[in-house]
Amino acid sequence: MPADDDAALAISVSGLAKQYGTVRAVDDLSFDVRAGEVFGLLGPNGAGKTTTVEILEGYRQPDAGTVRVLGLDPWREGPRLRPQMGVMLQEGGLYPGLRPLELLRLFAAYYDDPDDPERLIDVVGLRDATRTVIRRLSGGQKQRLSLAAALIGRPRVVFLDEPTAGMDPHARASTWELVRTLRGAGTTILLTTHAMDEAEHLCDRVAIITGGHLAALGSPADLTRHAASDEVWFAAAAGIDCVALAAALSLAPLLVVEERPGEYLVRAAGTPALVADLACFLRDQNVMLAALQAGRRSLEEVFLQITAEADRA
Amino acid sequence: MRLRALTAQAKVELLMTLRRGENVVVTLVIPLGVLLFFGKVDKLTNLKDPVAFLVPGTLALAVMAAAMVSLGIATGYERRYGVLKRLGTTPLSRGGLLAAKTATVLVLEVLQAALIIAVGAALGWSVPVGVVPAIGLLLLGTVAFAGVGLLMAGTLRAEATLGLANGLFLVLLFLGGMAYPLDRLPGAMQAVAKALPAGALSESLRSVLDTGRHFATGEFLVLAAWAVVASMAAARYFRWEE
Repeated sequence: MPADDDAALAISVSGLAKQYGTVRAVDDLSFDVRAGEVFGLLGPNGAGKTTTVEILEGYRQPDAGTVRVLGLDPWREGPRLRPQMGVMLQEGGLYPGLRPLELLRLFAAYYDDPDDPERLIDVVGLRDATRTVIRRLSGGQKQRLSLAAALIGRPRVVFLDEPTAGMDPHARASTWELVRTLRGAGTTILLTTHAMDEAEHLCDRVAIITGGHLAALGSPADLTRHAASDEVWFAAAAGIDCVALAAALSLAPLLVVEERPGEYLVRAAGTPALVADLACFLRDQNVMLAALQAGRRSLEEVFLQITAEADRA
Repeated sequence: MRLRALTAQAKVELLMTLRRGENVVVTLVIPLGVLLFFGKVDKLTNLKDPVAFLVPGTLALAVMAAAMVSLGIATGYERRYGVLKRLGTTPLSRGGLLAAKTATVLVLEVLQAALIIAVGAALGWSVPVGVVPAIGLLLLGTVAFAGVGLLMAGTLRAEATLGLANGLFLVLLFLGGMAYPLDRLPGAMQAVAKALPAGALSESLRSVLDTGRHFATGEFLVLAAWAVVASMAAARYFRWEE
């Protein structure tokens, strides 16, 4: 591999394996993360996401395989890596008896050129909580403080383990904004998430892992494009006559179903003709269309399909 | 090791130690209370010079409170809350964290000793000759009790450490020759008490602070053994995550 390709890789994982007792948490996992990329690790609970992140952070030693972060071996070269790395654990990691600014000032003292704690408090929206001890913060506030602590050392690479779990929609949106700002500044970000909309909106590329294996890798657009679907999904008022609709679309009656009240699935390719027929039917019935999706699956559907296939295998 | 990180860590550790009310009670109020109560009501100890007996005893009690109870419980909860794990991903090394915790315990002990000596002096105690060996013994006792405290903190659930550390504190207060002489205990209990670090510290301390006594070699060896075994066990079995 040419030298500049190496330099462009912030993280490389090759043949990684980790076993706890008889459980293979990670099994021959390989992927690369380019510098400046937002990379998502997706997978069901127990897929090995957190173990992988902990190995990348240098917290656990791999059983086999090679791992490099910023060109360093996290396990053996931790003292050189840690000043350049920011970490947000899935939960915890904060002194409950301190106040937010006290914690950030402490963490700032670990780094040579830290960010300003006062500035970061504003960035994560905790200005109103500076007098509250951490144990009395809400779950979402603790997550935001934990994020600020991950960024205090101006890291080149950031690991975020389920960063928006427990956040309200507003905090979640501002966290996404913060991640985009970081990427704009050239920071590499590896995050794990259960929220497919988060991965779809935020990540340049995602890896879906199941049972410690890599099941799929690519940009959200790639993964959803390749999974072109022969289904049309739409939302409208509940109680549409599905048999009549199937007839209007020239389909067998069973190919149109109301999956949930007001959510319909048409098992046919979303051709322009079919969409036009659907629109005509709704006009004739005077039914408002609330949402329509055709031709492409959401990342969530792709994720569910891939993980279900892996479970059967 | 970066000094700025170390001093910031030690300052925060000390701040948190003093912020916990129950911690102030166990490290300061109880040792001073024992000294004042048994010193003023001398019929309980029934000794010729109760204050000369009680000052070394309460110094040993204070070391046990700071190094075993306070350090052990705080560290156990830091482990529970993922703080130790999180610190492991920062440039603060494990050695740096241990150094900051050591500094915190030592600062707390200096504060405890100053107060105990001041109260002892007010009760008529005069600072004797064996100060340097006494400091050495207090440091050795600190290693022994910190080893026990960190062994609990690094192997048990935080609640179990909390309960056990407080329970041990009470048992060792009774069996430690701190508030009254060990020879007041029944024979079998005395034998057990002599093998424990609390009695070993208070008795060896007394032997260097009381003029005209021989150095308590046996007690010193018991204390040294506890220091070596407990700190090695803590280093060997400590787990950073609960």
